[in-house]
Amino acid sequence: MLTFTIRRLLISIPTLLFISLIIFLLLNLAPNDPMAQVPLTVPPEVKEKMREALGLGQPLYVQFWKWLVQFFWIEPQVLIDYYFGTTFSEGELRVISWQTRSPVMDMIVQRLPQTLWVVGMSYIVGILIALPIGIYSAYRHYSVFDQAGTFITMVGYSIPPFFTGPLVIVVFAVQLGWLPSTYDTLHEVIDWDTFVIQLKQMVLPVMVLALQTTAQISRYMRASMLDNLNQDYVRTARAKGLSEWVVVMMHVLRNSMIPVVTVIALNLPSIFGGAIITEQIFKVNGIGQQLIGAIYANDLPTIQTLTFIFAVLIVFFNLLADVIYGLLDPRIRYD
Amino acid sequence: MKLRGLLLGAAVALTMAPPALAERASDGNVSIIYWQAPSILNPYLSSGTKDIESSSLVIEPLGRYTETGAMVPYLAKEIPTVANGGVSSDLKSITWKLKDGIMWSDGSPVTSADVKFTADYCMNSDMGCAQLAKFDHVTSIDTPDSATVVVSFAQPMPNPYGPFMGGQSPIIQMAQFENCTGAKAQSCTEQNFGPIGTGPFVVTEFRPNDVIQMKANDNYRDPSKPAFATLTFKGGGDAMGAGRSVLETGEFDYAWNLQLAPDVIAKMEEGGKGVAIAGFGPLVERLEMNMTDPSPSLDADTRATVKAPHPFLTDINVRKALSMAIDRELLVEIGYGKAGAVTCDLVPAPDLYAAKNDYCMTQDIAGANALLDSAGWKKGGDGIRAKDGVKLSILYQTSTNAVRQDFQSLIKEWWSQIGVETELRNLNASVFFGGDPASPDTFQKFYADVEMYANTFDGTDPQTYLSMYRCGNEPKPETQWQGENINRYCDPAYDALLDELGRTGDVAKRGELGIKLNNMLTKDSYTIVPLVHRGRVSAHANSLGGVVLNTWDSELWNVADWYRMD
Repeated sequence: MLTFTIRRLLISIPTLLFISLIIFLLLNLAPNDPMAQVPLTVPPEVKEKMREALGLGQPLYVQFWKWLVQFFWIEPQVLIDYYFGTTFSEGELRVISWQTRSPVMDMIVQRLPQTLWVVGMSYIVGILIALPIGIYSAYRHYSVFDQAGTFITMVGYSIPPFFTGPLVIVVFAVQLGWLPSTYDTLHEVIDWDTFVIQLKQMVLPVMVLALQTTAQISRYMRASMLDNLNQDYVRTARAKGLSEWVVVMMHVLRNSMIPVVTVIALNLPSIFGGAIITEQIFKVNGIGQQLIGAIYANDLPTIQTLTFIFAVLIVFFNLLADVIYGLLDPRIRYD
Repeated sequence: MKLRGLLLGAAVALTMAPPALAERASDGNVSIIYWQAPSILNPYLSSGTKDIESSSLVIEPLGRYTETGAMVPYLAKEIPTVANGGVSSDLKSITWKLKDGIMWSDGSPVTSADVKFTADYCMNSDMGCAQLAKFDHVTSIDTPDSATVVVSFAQPMPNPYGPFMGGQSPIIQMAQFENCTGAKAQSCTEQNFGPIGTGPFVVTEFRPNDVIQMKANDNYRDPSKPAFATLTFKGGGDAMGAGRSVLETGEFDYAWNLQLAPDVIAKMEEGGKGVAIAGFGPLVERLEMNMTDPSPSLDADTRATVKAPHPFLTDINVRKALSMAIDRELLVEIGYGKAGAVTCDLVPAPDLYAAKNDYCMTQDIAGANALLDSAGWKKGGDGIRAKDGVKLSILYQTSTNAVRQDFQSLIKEWWSQIGVETELRNLNASVFFGGDPASPDTFQKFYADVEMYANTFDGTDPQTYLSMYRCGNEPKPETQWQGENINRYCDPAYDALLDELGRTGDVAKRGELGIKLNNMLTKDSYTIVPLVHRGRVSAHANSLGGVVLNTWDSELWNVADWYRMD
């Protein structure tokens, strides 16, 4: 298992380098210009000067090499400096956003907590709702509950957040006036009242996102439970005189969890990726909003850094899922 | 009737008047939402409106433009003119005097050295200054004493108000930015995110592309202002969400630039929490006629250049007929509502330069047909007009945008009624306006017969704007397709008038010349076919007083005068 993990980690290094090159080339070959947003009243010579100041005049391989050095050599030094108070990175040029002329990593650090809170919370809420629904739907197969559950989850799965988002805003913020439509990112939780406010402003985005998660995971849970409920070992357990609770919750559920856990683990990187549309609608200053903003502004260093971090996370969580799979199911061995 | 009008006026004046006992920081918090989030608070590194306007709360220029386009002094004692001796009679230098006792928010005095530093900062050639054009032709900046700044120009400048006037050219503090000049400007994050200024507010926290938190400036020159203790500037989302949060839910006090369909805004206003306000600058949505041949059969060095004149758009009758067939009132109603007005001018404002033409106000399909008939364009069997084997078949392009696509399909329909065949095309805005010389789809390359977009000019003087249409200023392969004479218009008489405008300092005479130039491009030649004079719609909460929508400067230009009504 250990050699497998090490081998996979080593293979992922060239993979990630290749991914970063592909991202870089795709971004640079696309017909985009960071000066596109500049008003027409700014003369072309001035725009050209601004492009040069951003380092756009250099050949592609120089730009790519610079980014590699900044990301893999200078940024880790900044991190070390931050934790140990050293000064390795002093005077070094970091990955700088073209929009804000500030280090990209600083903005990611600033935005990650909001994304983890909102998207992470919706993931947890989604899972907590999805599992019981999936279990009960499978147990009472084709019952009214199962039909209703199937209907609701299919609806939830097929309606995109750019529709549900504004819908819940119109209902809960405009018509009923119960909840705020925008997420106040400056809000600090210091006592009970501020905690309630924080809770209130999280309700709508979490609700929209959880709907998607719930729909997806409860479908997996239901299918997996159905596969197991007809197995011989279930009949054996019942024949032994075990109560229905023990049969379903101990025997069937445990075996059914294996594929569901994999799905949950593989979806974890999407938490870090944020929820582009939902964050934009509710003005949550998360990673997803940062990414879409950078794409609109053609801020290549930010897009490149963010997408590369996502790539790293996806590669890492894939590896993690493989390892966990081996731990859950002793029959699976990679060596 | 008159008395009623007077009474109404008095009533309005009363509600608008600030409370008599105004006091600094007495009105709590004011919250502003821009659906484009500010990325940086240094307008010299970004020309985005969101960045210029958010920084205008903190840093100020020597003078600003008011909502009518007039100039008012801010950090300067008065606006220098030829009449008061501030502008030299040869128009080659301007002398600004700073107000007495103005302080930076950190308590240090503002001096002429700061003003000079600001110019040097932007004019540094390694910096990539976004506002470099404001400092065109500046040869030197002298500071005879700590309150006087003399800007000298290389040539007579009839409009010497480029440097230090308006939201794009505010004064920054030398002490703060001293080590941020040249290439280092890009990496001075702390300074760029929190400039020290003279404005009514100071930055307490800046989160790029998200939110800015500000508080009242203790050293602001008017001791009774600003009325608000704190200010929250939220960015991001979309125009719809921003409008909703002011007009329907009341979460914010002010929302900027609601580019929404007129019926959507009207519906939101029914929420009763706020009102939408409109202001008009010189922004005009227009059709540009290509005077050169964009045919793909031509080689790259000839296509859409002056070497190949357009097969039929060079005929003024065709251009005129295309203009006559358009019902501009309907376009305004569908696309802009409150935020638009019919215009036949390239320069619709300010009043001094506005020709106020009305030749295009009404649609005249029959007239357009008659004109084309008499010019020899005969309808063929397919209903499309042709002459000498040249068919009136037009490729009409614009950027992707719901309103523009509505306009395209309406105009296509009207043109089909006069026997003109139209093919429509829309391109992603960042490609269309991107200016990439390798892309065939930029508005500069103009590989189409007609294109539609909006353009405007900075400040109140249209000289630079009108100079775009000079002979030789067209985008062409030799200049990597850079250039602003999009139509490839060329008229020596026009250039001569431009030169005269460049020598004229007298304001009334300048207005006359500007109108003549405008007419040459529009009424007399139909090279540019104006459609809609576009305004800006913003919204403010009913409880927010003192808002004056200004399209000539930052919308937040008079934020110091804003107050809470109760």
